[in-house]
Amino acid sequence: MLTMPAPDDRVLARRDKIVTALRAIVPGEGVIASEREMKPYESDALTAYRQLPMVVVLPETTAQVAAVLRYCHENDIRVVPRGAGTSLSGGALPLEDGVLLGMAKFNRIREIDFENRIAVVEPGVTNLAVSNAVAHAGFYYAPDPSSQIACTIGGNIAENSGGVHCLKYGMTTNNVLGCKFVLMTGEILELGGPHLDADGYDLLGIITGSEGLLGVVTEITVRILRKPETARALLLGFASSEDAGECVSKIIGAGIIPGGMEMMDRPAIHAVEEFVRAGYPLDVEALLIVELDGPRVEVDHLIERVEAIAKSCRASTARKSNSEAERLLFWAGRKAAFAAMGRISPDYMCMDGTIPRGKLPFVLKRMRELSEVHGLRVANVFHAGDGNLHPLILYDANQPGELERAEAFGADILKLCVEVGGVLTGEHGVGIEKRDLMPEMFSQTDLDQQQRLKCAFDDKGLLNPGKVFPTLHRCAELGRMHVHHGQMAFPDLPRF
Amino acid sequence: MPEVPKPRSAADVEALVRWAIAEHKSLEVVGRGSKRSIGRPAQSDATLDLSGLSGITLYEPEELVLSARAGTPLADIETLVASRGQELAFEPADYGPLLGVRAGQGSIGGVLAGNLSGPRRIKAGAARDHFLGFSGVSGRGDTFKSGGRVVKNVTGYDLCKLMAGSWGTLAVMTDVTIKTLPKSETEATIVVQGLADAAAMSAMAAAMGSAYDVSGAAHLPARIARQFLADFPAGQAVTAFRLEGVEPSVKHRIQTLGAVAKAFGPPAMLDTARSRTLWRAIRDVLPFAAHGPLGARPVWRVSVAPMRGAEVGHMISAAGSGEIFYDWAGGLVWAAMPPSDDAGEAVVRPAAEAAGGHATLIRAPVAIRAIVPVFGPQEGALAALTGRVKDSFDPTGVLNRGRMWAGF
Repeated sequence: MLTMPAPDDRVLARRDKIVTALRAIVPGEGVIASEREMKPYESDALTAYRQLPMVVVLPETTAQVAAVLRYCHENDIRVVPRGAGTSLSGGALPLEDGVLLGMAKFNRIREIDFENRIAVVEPGVTNLAVSNAVAHAGFYYAPDPSSQIACTIGGNIAENSGGVHCLKYGMTTNNVLGCKFVLMTGEILELGGPHLDADGYDLLGIITGSEGLLGVVTEITVRILRKPETARALLLGFASSEDAGECVSKIIGAGIIPGGMEMMDRPAIHAVEEFVRAGYPLDVEALLIVELDGPRVEVDHLIERVEAIAKSCRASTARKSNSEAERLLFWAGRKAAFAAMGRISPDYMCMDGTIPRGKLPFVLKRMRELSEVHGLRVANVFHAGDGNLHPLILYDANQPGELERAEAFGADILKLCVEVGGVLTGEHGVGIEKRDLMPEMFSQTDLDQQQRLKCAFDDKGLLNPGKVFPTLHRCAELGRMHVHHGQMAFPDLPRF
Repeated sequence: MPEVPKPRSAADVEALVRWAIAEHKSLEVVGRGSKRSIGRPAQSDATLDLSGLSGITLYEPEELVLSARAGTPLADIETLVASRGQELAFEPADYGPLLGVRAGQGSIGGVLAGNLSGPRRIKAGAARDHFLGFSGVSGRGDTFKSGGRVVKNVTGYDLCKLMAGSWGTLAVMTDVTIKTLPKSETEATIVVQGLADAAAMSAMAAAMGSAYDVSGAAHLPARIARQFLADFPAGQAVTAFRLEGVEPSVKHRIQTLGAVAKAFGPPAMLDTARSRTLWRAIRDVLPFAAHGPLGARPVWRVSVAPMRGAEVGHMISAAGSGEIFYDWAGGLVWAAMPPSDDAGEAVVRPAAEAAGGHATLIRAPVAIRAIVPVFGPQEGALAALTGRVKDSFDPTGVLNRGRMWAGF
């Protein structure tokens, strides 16, 4: 079972005083201290874990964020930042003795600049709202996590969110240029801006994907792109995942980078087809959706090439979208995949590993074996272009022991991903969910170096402790240098 | 300066860094030495030469991934990936000629440590965006790794971003993994002549705001345009837009982008060969080459919001008699300043900062680089945080001491 940092009784004992102090910083309804009103904040989208925070604070200005953090730093109070709470890895799980810093009120788009192709937004703005705000001029914001209707740009920064189009257009880190950033001490920094290259160290690059452990972002400059002229999709069915995998490799080998390339295995295909009736073939082991976007002439040219490649890989179904409605229908099943699982199983757990694409048939085979071992069903949806795998483990939390079995199955899958040269998480983050698996991928030296970097931002370890790192170390302990005078590979080197 | 053996393995690098820590020595970290003159002059006791750490250790074209030891010549990597129809999409620049070194001498580690990206940066991203993983030795003498060999990875902090552009001041990279991408089937360039700088910024904004996938946008003012391509007419500014892709797409976009460009002046087209020559010259800043007519001038690189490029350029050329040109749709201003005691800093840096950008001194005599800040000076909380980040990797200042900032 997961252990979180033990609550600090000295902090809990001062709760009333802390609430009063926070009310002086954020007036009105910005401080929530009643159990009933704090209830919505007790978990994020990893709903298996719940914890009421000590208090919820909803600041509205950068100055308030700075004052809250400074106060907490001075008084040794832990802080958990939160965007929309859509994290699948528990990144926003509160702490019993912690302030839950909700950024929902930072919901304004401050500037749109089409000539410089940027938008300056506050972190509580939803991902989709950025695209919507620039759509009238034919622009959009490229990263499109499937939670984009709800998830916020601030959360996207914390998790370095991806989406189905990130093979071609990159993840959040490739699409942000600057931010206003508040350190735990309350110091406010401006990093980057409308220009493309960092001045000095690329601190924005470190903050992106840092899961709220380094500071709090209060303003973000994102790149906006002109929408492609058109997009068309192919629906391809294969008798084996090997054939589907070969098709993906051959498409890329032919020099084609599709806007999106998604795969589903048989259990996933059947579940979604029953739910959505997208017209998916049911007699196949693997389904591929390949979307090409760009200038119309290019898309029409490449779609023929992809179709030819698919046929050379023995595709039994090959349909090209001939209208926008048809393209959306192809996607409808894939987009409803998680909801479809909810229909066929009381509960499901969504995993998120990345593997080298070529290992897919092996990983799927091993996963079927693990499914037998753990006695639980699994369905797979897969961002095939970039190797990001989302196994959905089906279980029933009301059956004693099933949650634990599902978690054990999930851990085995992620270990398998690392074993074949992949990683623990492609886009959902480590959070609490994969925290204890970090040593599968990193040595203690690797983790110590990452934690030293954390200390450079947060010397007291007050920001989102208990997430990402399996063991917490004090900064002073990590900072100690061990000078190695012993065995030398070069005994002839001069000694002074 | 003591002779330090050339490391042959990552373990050698670790031993040498540990030796330096124990002996209180500082190391100059060098890949193959082609960019050694960028930065403040090293305050080092010995040189750690990584050219012995060479070789491509993994290349899987269909997985779009390549791993190599950090001292591997970039040229070797580019040759190999080209043989499979691929390239490094960030278009790594070769500053050899600019710095008075032969072309093609750089290492992959050096390209990544400097985050050096070419004209395609506006479409495909920078070196940082194609840098997937590394292992290396910190200034604490610890061997550690970050990232991996897959593109989509959010496991732990993304230390690749921090290494890119840190110029060897945090850790010595020993092995790196990068993303490769298919090379375009063909390319062509549309040019419009005679635009003033400000009009050119608008033309480039219109092109970049179109749906025609422009992969290079540069403006070459009248005084200098002809030095990029000999058949440009004398005394005419040139604004250039590159199109890459499959043949039918490029053909089509020559027409559609041409229609966008027409609002600014009659468009002309450069064929594939001339297009390649032009963008190579822009990428490598060839008109400012060390052996050319402007070779004695200090050279600055200014990063700024694209539409403010002309304003920076105007201040530099009017007040400082600098020669300038613009890449990245105006967002990258290159300036060659008349030689002076401050390399033109008094003109360039305020111009960059007034426009919200920043300036880096890329070429200047060593005596000047010892006095004039090469990288933008930092203050306050940002300087303190930068210092703490440095300390978290290299607490005793063993690696590239003073290269980025004095006493750092």
